[in-house]
Order: sequence, then C-alpha cells, then structure tokens
Amino acid sequence: MTDRTDPHERAEPPPSPAVPAGGAPDGGEIAEAAGSAAPGQSSTSLWRDVWVQFREHKGAVIGLAFLIFITLFVIAGPWIWQVDPADLDIRNKDVRPIYTWLWDREADVMWSRPLGTDNLGRDILANLMQGGRVSMAVGWVAMLLALILGTLIGVLAGYFRALDGLLMRFTDLMLALPLLPLLLVMMLLFRDQLRAAFGPEQGIFVLIVTAIGITSWMHTARIVRGDILALKEREYVLAARSIGTPSRRMITRHLLPNVLSPIMVSATLGLATAIITESALSFLGLGFPSDYPTWGKILFDSVERMERFPERVIWPGLCISLTVLAVNYIGDGLRDALDPRIRGR
Amino acid sequence: MLAYTIRRLVLAIPTLIFIAFVIFMLLELAPGDPMANMPLSIPPEVREQMRQALGLGQPWYIRFGLWLYQFFVVEPQYWIDAAFGTNFADGAQRIISFQSRSPVFEIIAERVPQTLWVVGMSYIVGVIIALPIGIAGAYWQYSWFDQLGTFISMVGFSVPTFFTGVLLIVIFAVNLGWFPSIYNTTLVVEDWESFLAQLRQMAMPVFVLALYNAAQISRYMRASMLDNLGQDYVRTARAKGMNERIVVLKHVLRNSMIPVITVIALGVPQVFGGAIITEQVFKVNGLGQLLIIAIQGSDIPMVLTLTFIFAVLIVAFNLIADILYGVFDPRIRYD
Repeated sequence: MTDRTDPHERAEPPPSPAVPAGGAPDGGEIAEAAGSAAPGQSSTSLWRDVWVQFREHKGAVIGLAFLIFITLFVIAGPWIWQVDPADLDIRNKDVRPIYTWLWDREADVMWSRPLGTDNLGRDILANLMQGGRVSMAVGWVAMLLALILGTLIGVLAGYFRALDGLLMRFTDLMLALPLLPLLLVMMLLFRDQLRAAFGPEQGIFVLIVTAIGITSWMHTARIVRGDILALKEREYVLAARSIGTPSRRMITRHLLPNVLSPIMVSATLGLATAIITESALSFLGLGFPSDYPTWGKILFDSVERMERFPERVIWPGLCISLTVLAVNYIGDGLRDALDPRIRGR
Repeated sequence: MLAYTIRRLVLAIPTLIFIAFVIFMLLELAPGDPMANMPLSIPPEVREQMRQALGLGQPWYIRFGLWLYQFFVVEPQYWIDAAFGTNFADGAQRIISFQSRSPVFEIIAERVPQTLWVVGMSYIVGVIIALPIGIAGAYWQYSWFDQLGTFISMVGFSVPTFFTGVLLIVIFAVNLGWFPSIYNTTLVVEDWESFLAQLRQMAMPVFVLALYNAAQISRYMRASMLDNLGQDYVRTARAKGMNERIVVLKHVLRNSMIPVITVIALGVPQVFGGAIITEQVFKVNGLGQLLIIAIQGSDIPMVLTLTFIFAVLIVAFNLIADILYGVFDPRIRYD
C-alpha cells in the first residue's frame, strides 16, 4: 500500500487513500483479474471478490465486527436496558461500577447500576447508549453530507472543464482555512438561531452536522476529480459519447460507478473524523447542551471528577477510541480490497 | 524556482485577504455582544457610547479595512520600532482586544512561548520517534516489529488527544503521582531543580501530541520506504556488492525522505490548530486557550487576529512544502 504525496495532493490526512494512478478500472477488468486469480469459482462478481479480499485483512474484520457490535449496542441497547438515561436518582448518586467490588469491598456498588451512576444519579450505562446514538448519528450524517458535497464538486470539476479552475481554487481556499477555530466560531455563532428554529436538541444537531460536513468535503472532492479526469480519457467514455450519451447519463451511468471505491474509502475516513470532531467540540464545551449526552459530552462532564471516578472518563473515551479505531481499520481493509493491484495477489 | 516562489507569494496575498474576509464576515454575523458582560445598570446611551468607543458603530467595510491596515501596516511598524528603537508607528492605533483593552499582539506574544515549547517540542519528539519506526517497519515488512509499529500508529491517530491526555492524567498524575496534571506557566527555569520540574510538567502534554504526530509521520515514512525499496536502483546497488547499511540508509532513505519532508512541513500549522485541545486538557495557557477564551467572550479582534495567524501559517507552510519538494526532488520542475 502506498501513501503517496505529491504537490497536487497535499495537506492530505495521513491515512490517505492512495488513488491508483490510472483511476479505478472498470468492472470488466476487475472481474477478469480476479477471475484468473481464483480459478474454480464459477461466477465471481466484483463485490464478492472485494469481500473475499476484505476477509483477508484481520484488523478490518475485527473492526467491522466491533462496529456492528457498537451499533447494535447503541440502537438495540436501550430496548434491553430500559433505564431512562435522564432519570435523576439523587439518592443513588456516585455509585461505582460493579467491578470495583473486586478490589474494594467497601465501594458503593449496585447490581442494578452495572457501570455506576454520575454525580446526579444518572445511570452511566444508559447514558453511554443514548450518547452513542447521538455520536454515531452525527458521525454518519456529517460523513454523508461531506461525501455528497465532495463527490458533487469533484465530479463537476473533473467533468466540466469550465468549472474546474474555479472549483479547485475554492477547494484550495477551504483547505487553507484553519478549520477547528472556524468550527468553534460557527458553533458559537449560529447556536441561538438554530435553536430557535429547530428546538434545542435538533438545532444543535443540524448545526454540528452541517458545520462538520461543510468543512470536511475537500479531500473527497480532490480525489474524485482526479479519478474523473483520468476516466474521461478512457475509450469506453469516448464510445459512450459517440452514441450521444448526455452528460447527466454519462456521469451517473459511466463515471460515478467507477469512482465508487475511492469514495467508499474516504467515507470511512470521514466517519472517523466526524466522530472525533463532534466529541472534540463537545469536549471544548461547544457541543450539545449538557442534559443531552454524547460520548464527548459525558467525557467532558466527568473530567472534573476524574480523580475520584476515573471510570466515568474511561468508558466514553474507550467508546470513541474503539469506534474510530474500528472504522479506520475497516477503511484500511477496504482500501486493500478495492485496489485491483492488491486483490487476488 | 525563484520565479515560482515569487508567483506563489503574490498569489498568496489575495488568498489571505479572502480568508480574512471570510473570517471577518463570519464574526460579523455573531450575535454575541462584547457589551454583554457589562453591568445592566449602565444607561442605554452610555452603553451606545461604549460601543462607539470599541469602534462598533462604523459600517463593516470600514472596520475590515481598518483591521487590514492595522494588521499589515501598523503592527509591523511597532515590531520594527521595538527592534531598532525607531519611531515609525508614531502612536498609531494598534489592534486592541475587547476583553483586556491591551494590544492583541502583546497578549499573543505572552502566550507564544508556552505553545512553542510544548507544541514545538512535541513535534520534534514525534518526528524523531516516527522516522526510525517507519524505516525499520518498511525494511522488515510484516515482522513483529512492523506489526507492532503499524498497530501503534493506527491507535495513535484513532484515539483523540483529549482521551489520551485524560488517560495519562488518570494514570500518571492521579494514581502514580509522577507528573503534575496542570502546566504551571509561572515556573521560571533558573537551576537544575526548576529545570527538572519544567521537564516533568512538559512530559505528558508533549507525549500526547508526540504520539499523535509520530503516528501520522511514521505511516508516511513506512509507505515511502516501501515504495523505494522495490525500485530497480536498489537492486543495482545491491548487485554491485554494496553494503546493506549504505543501500538502506543512504540510497533508499534519502529518496524516501522527499515526500516525508513535505508532509512534516505541512503538519506544522495543523499542530498549532490541534494543540487547542491538548492545551485545554493540560491547562497550558497557550494560543489555543487564548482562542477559546476569546471566542467565549466575543472578543472579535482577538479571534479574528488569531484565526488569521493560523491561516497565514497554513498558507506559508503549504508554500514551504511545495518549495522543499522542488528543492529535494530534481525531477520536479515548477517553471
């Protein structure tokens, strides 16, 4: 796997998806290459080959398993663990997690509160589930938004020569902006307006998702543009054009399917960054309101008391870190699986 | 190369002015009122006069032009005056913070040493750790060392710095008591004792940031080494009986360093931005903390100036990276 940096692809985040110089080949070539490498399989489809190669990457499989687990944990968890995360049980505040009992028999533990409660008596397990729902939702939606924006701008810049210069200058400009300070400023600026428009929770959700989305589409746009530029020179595009395919059909039918793999790889990176950015904003105190938990918010609220209750920072921190780690490993595996130079070797 | 550099420098000016404009307009939309913290007993007309005194009465384009003039003309004059004892500035109005009523650049100058010490040191440490790990990982690809290095670098950039920081505080400051959890800025290094104290308080923030930087750089280093190790010139060098050490450390390393050096240059401004969180965790009162306080207090000149300085750093280091690329790689010609 090569992470290449050339002056045209600078300011790339480290797990940069290496784009094959010739762009993604079309489906026929892939099926041929993989078919010759795996004789005996009568019918191979592209996605089946990708899946076979993906399974080779141990880290990616574990990552996928963990991502499925944590998704189920946050979605299905509240149906099984039916404790209201916002329920204030002030008599049972500051309960330690159940495992503390193993080394400290004096500790205040309860079987009904397996991970303990916080300083207001709210159940930590239920809060982790509820917070996870928000964190994951923010991550997915922000990533999708960035992906749609990036793909749109990349395709327009790559396909229409007239737009190329303008759009790419704009992308360069966005890349030169100091993003974290601007995100902080945006959070502060539009907080009240959006709260008034959508209600306190939805307003902040819309704000965070939009802010992250419009500050993280640039890498996708560059990668997509590069691939489209390469694909445009292929014979099959010429053939399609010669039978009079209109631009819209050309993009949706012939170009987009072939840039799907770099888009998918940058999707995993986008998901990881979006989750981290949301929790960083919450950690700096500029995220969701305090009665609305997310993993970053729970971590931030617990920092003051981490000397006496370290578990309250460790659990949400572990949730964020492991989820991001899993997503990054999936991205790694996906990149290998979608790269025809590696697949079937 | 010179022509290219000059062209890029000239192009950077409209870019920077546009960035300043974007930041300014964003802040212009801010509902936050710098007068919000004043006592409510102040009568409205006095309040209005105070707003005028802050320069808020004028239309936005005059304030924007004034800020540009102050940033690019007045402030450099003050620096020259301070350096050579001249009197170019002649008491001209500087950029003044709303919160402290003192010049923005004086406050920034007070904060820069802490940020440079912690962030700069962590970047250097990160690079020093990353290069050998990347080199060895590529040379012994898929060995246990490479597996470990890849895993650690994956962890290093997956785990957010605020969690690593908090985790280190829980382990080393709370449970073991080796390092202080709060960075004490008033500490003056004058003897061996205070030097050790300084080292101890820098250890954790530097480690957190260094791990994060090393994770990114070592991946690049490894990938770049792997690219070069398979090249024909390496086989030629070995075929003529050259010492393996010289092949790897001289031929391959020097070629692999080309992209890595640009990556290192590009990372510098991002380190300043990313350090905002680490500074907040360890309570280092550097630039990042200054920015957070300024944002919360609607201190528009401070936020504008700081954010713009970050933008200048990004543009400058992008340019430096491109020039370095051309300097180190003779195949790249910009002209």
